[in-house]
Amino acid sequence: MAEYTLKVRRYQPESGEGAFWEEFKVDLDPSLSVLDGILQAKDREDGSLAVRCSCRAAICGSCGMKVNGQSGLGCKTQIGHAHEQANRRNGGGEPIVVEPMGNMPVLKDLIVDMESTHWEKIRRVTPWLLPHGEPPEREYVVEPESMIDVTQSMACIQCGACVSSCLSMEADPEFIGPAALAKAYRFVGDPRDAESVERLHDLAHDPHGIYDCTHCFSCIDACPKGVAPMDQIMRLRRRASEAGIDDDPNNGHNHSQAFVKMIEKKGTNDEALLIQESYAPGLKGKLKPSKGAIEGLVKSLPTVLRAIRTGKARSLSKLIPGVHPKLPGGAQEEVKAIYAHAEEHREEFNIYIRGEEDVEPEPDETATEETTA
Amino acid sequence: MPTHDVLVIGAGLAGQRAALAAAEQGVSVGILSKVHPVRSHSNAAQGGINAALNPGDSWESHAFDTVKGSDYLGDQDAISIMCEEAPEEILHLEHLGVTFHRNEEGKLGTRAFGGASAARTYYVADITGQAIMHVLYEQLMKHSEQVSRYEEWFCSALALDEAGECCGVVTRNVADGSMQLFTAKAVILACGGNGQVWQPTTNALICTGDGIAMAYRAGAKLMDMEMIQYHPTTLAKKGFLITEGARGEGAHLLNAKGDRFMERYAPNKMELASRDVVSRAEQTEIDEGRGFPDGTVALDVTVVPKKRVHEALREIVLVGKDFAGVDITREPIRIKPGNHYTMGGVKTDVDGRTEVPGLYAAGEVACVSVHGGNRLGANSLLDTLIFGRRSGADAAARAKRVDAARPSAGVLEAEQASADAILARQKGSGRRVSEIKAELGATMDKHVAVFRNEGGIQEALETVRRLKEEAASAYVDDKGSVFNQDLLAAIELGYMLDNAECTCVAALERRESRGAQYRTDFPERNDAEWLKHIDLQRGDDGPELSYSEVTITQWEPEERKY
Repeated sequence: MAEYTLKVRRYQPESGEGAFWEEFKVDLDPSLSVLDGILQAKDREDGSLAVRCSCRAAICGSCGMKVNGQSGLGCKTQIGHAHEQANRRNGGGEPIVVEPMGNMPVLKDLIVDMESTHWEKIRRVTPWLLPHGEPPEREYVVEPESMIDVTQSMACIQCGACVSSCLSMEADPEFIGPAALAKAYRFVGDPRDAESVERLHDLAHDPHGIYDCTHCFSCIDACPKGVAPMDQIMRLRRRASEAGIDDDPNNGHNHSQAFVKMIEKKGTNDEALLIQESYAPGLKGKLKPSKGAIEGLVKSLPTVLRAIRTGKARSLSKLIPGVHPKLPGGAQEEVKAIYAHAEEHREEFNIYIRGEEDVEPEPDETATEETTA
Repeated sequence: MPTHDVLVIGAGLAGQRAALAAAEQGVSVGILSKVHPVRSHSNAAQGGINAALNPGDSWESHAFDTVKGSDYLGDQDAISIMCEEAPEEILHLEHLGVTFHRNEEGKLGTRAFGGASAARTYYVADITGQAIMHVLYEQLMKHSEQVSRYEEWFCSALALDEAGECCGVVTRNVADGSMQLFTAKAVILACGGNGQVWQPTTNALICTGDGIAMAYRAGAKLMDMEMIQYHPTTLAKKGFLITEGARGEGAHLLNAKGDRFMERYAPNKMELASRDVVSRAEQTEIDEGRGFPDGTVALDVTVVPKKRVHEALREIVLVGKDFAGVDITREPIRIKPGNHYTMGGVKTDVDGRTEVPGLYAAGEVACVSVHGGNRLGANSLLDTLIFGRRSGADAAARAKRVDAARPSAGVLEAEQASADAILARQKGSGRRVSEIKAELGATMDKHVAVFRNEGGIQEALETVRRLKEEAASAYVDDKGSVFNQDLLAAIELGYMLDNAECTCVAALERRESRGAQYRTDFPERNDAEWLKHIDLQRGDDGPELSYSEVTITQWEPEERKY
């Protein structure tokens, strides 16, 4: 048993007052959860402290919240860990800070309106299987790997932690977002779905769709179930690319292609060329830029200038094309070798195949595999 | 006053399946749930769903295993229906999009499960319940024109008409506290079991026996209420579930000396004997001093190949890591028997009809009875789907037949007054709801668990009756309307106490040992006197007892050995 202080951001809509902070002292084993702490405060001190919860075991997805600023499930965050984290950040004696999830309106205390945000976005992606024709007499026969592949997104419990943590959604509230796009991959990756390509067109051409994600990894950190929503978004992008969809309004496909080619050629990002290559790739693109390319380049100028001013891009003098430094020695050849290897071993990382923190095989396991092989 | 032909209360697997089946018949359907549907407790079913679909397997074999598992208390007509219709239901789910595990040929693959004579459990990793439920919810979103969803609406009482037929339900919109009478020509209870009556339990906080209590208060009969399953593998402190799938994949049970003790209790099926048998074996090891000091034995998953653990048991790897600090792929994890499942419930026929016309029940809230004295692993999902579908279809047929609902006057007002009375209780007038609930849980876990005897059950019953009186004055802090969870907890406490009272009365009455009911004072099964169901109906002084026959079609009771 140990004593902890929970500092909870509260909001009681019927009081006529704004949100306020309240501290609760709780007393429980460090291995129990932040949710257990909240429930103890609710049981012993104040029954009006509102929090959605049910399973207590990270299955039902009810208790999404922020603990010390990090989105996740209250029931899956050990209170001892949360306490140490709070102290590390603020240097001792600090309470554990508990807040409602972000990117969703607060209804009461830790309860947010998921319906108008999270669920609205889920419904946006036509979240049901669209097979063609009559079903077979028995089951659909499909590649076993394909079912394991989509099971990772099936593991989503719709808790909203990824939505809460999504930085793109903070900038663009209309972004379809990590949870709904992970749900979309569940159908796109399902061989029984007959409208995968239509889905990809839809999600690529929506300016708030798959190319609205900025790769910040917040959703992967937040997800309590290892769904890795950003990885699912990247799978959607790859599938869209494979389906030949290269005309999205965010220029996302071409931008990523420019990146890939540039690193293969130069090893590091040549900022002087990145945007040009995104809109007007190669010599051909520059000699005969399309109307869209010119428009895109002109529209990018303010962003470029802002990036230089804030130090996010290198200074103007260093942005002169053609002076980009090469990698030392034979490093560029090694980069190319990595590309070739990746091309040959196209594997998606999936927790149902290899386990979350256990990618390295045990020495004895490798031995067994070799003997069997 | 929202009106539907068919109203479903509860939106787990049974409720969603019932709603979809009713909608298919072209009637208007409403589905209400006190939580968002995907938060329902069907989520927690990890291991899988049984069906005799493999070549060489037969529904008769599945049915016999179920009958034997039930310790011959299950009704064989109902069990036959469930097992016969199982394959079609699995295929239906597969066609809707459930991502069932495939074998190397790309066809549906199976795993082994307890009490089964063949590997007939279909699964999605160890998130089978979640995977099926989310797919059904996809279908509810797809069919939103036919099925209206009322998410986060709490039910406080069933509404009857002058003839005593069920015609609606009084509800409270959790978000704003407004109360409404929903009317319908048929009402289907699909709101789960009562695990929260026990502490600890594998069950979610929402499993407070609401449907069982509402039906009981409306005059329906309850059946087999003494039959409460203790699952063999739950985490000691918080009662979290470790799927039977772990043992299905080959995990061992070990006592503190490292012995695989099931050799002495079930030499043939070992760890895969039926759950009541395994739980009793564990409890005996613990009681006789061969367990660990914290009152547990060990589950050793390290004997299962790692690749298989990641592919098929990932969820429990997470449970071990997050809630016990144990990496189950590297070391054994401490477990013990813990409250898990309500075999009994609202007595129904094979179409979900209760004794109250117009009122149906399906899933864990109901007692058809397909589980009898002990449910087999991976039969609960099947129960919810088969009888959910049958209830939905029959309720729709009734709705086409009967006139519009005419609830008796005053039912809404009475419920409103009762809620207001709870809110009006003065501070200091009584104990806190949470205190009463904690005492109830501890009492039931002590006396009405794996091993029971007359003295203990009697003590539990007396405690429950005292707690009922105390609950009548329990104080709530929250006086508001918006998400008043405090008020709902007070109402749920009333539901739980009704459930507990019925379980104690039935457990006291059954003076033999069968399935989950093991009486140390009557250690033998006694078919001559007790091969019958105990039915309970609300009377003036608590539950009134009666008996009903067990339906036996082709499997005569014999001694149960695993």
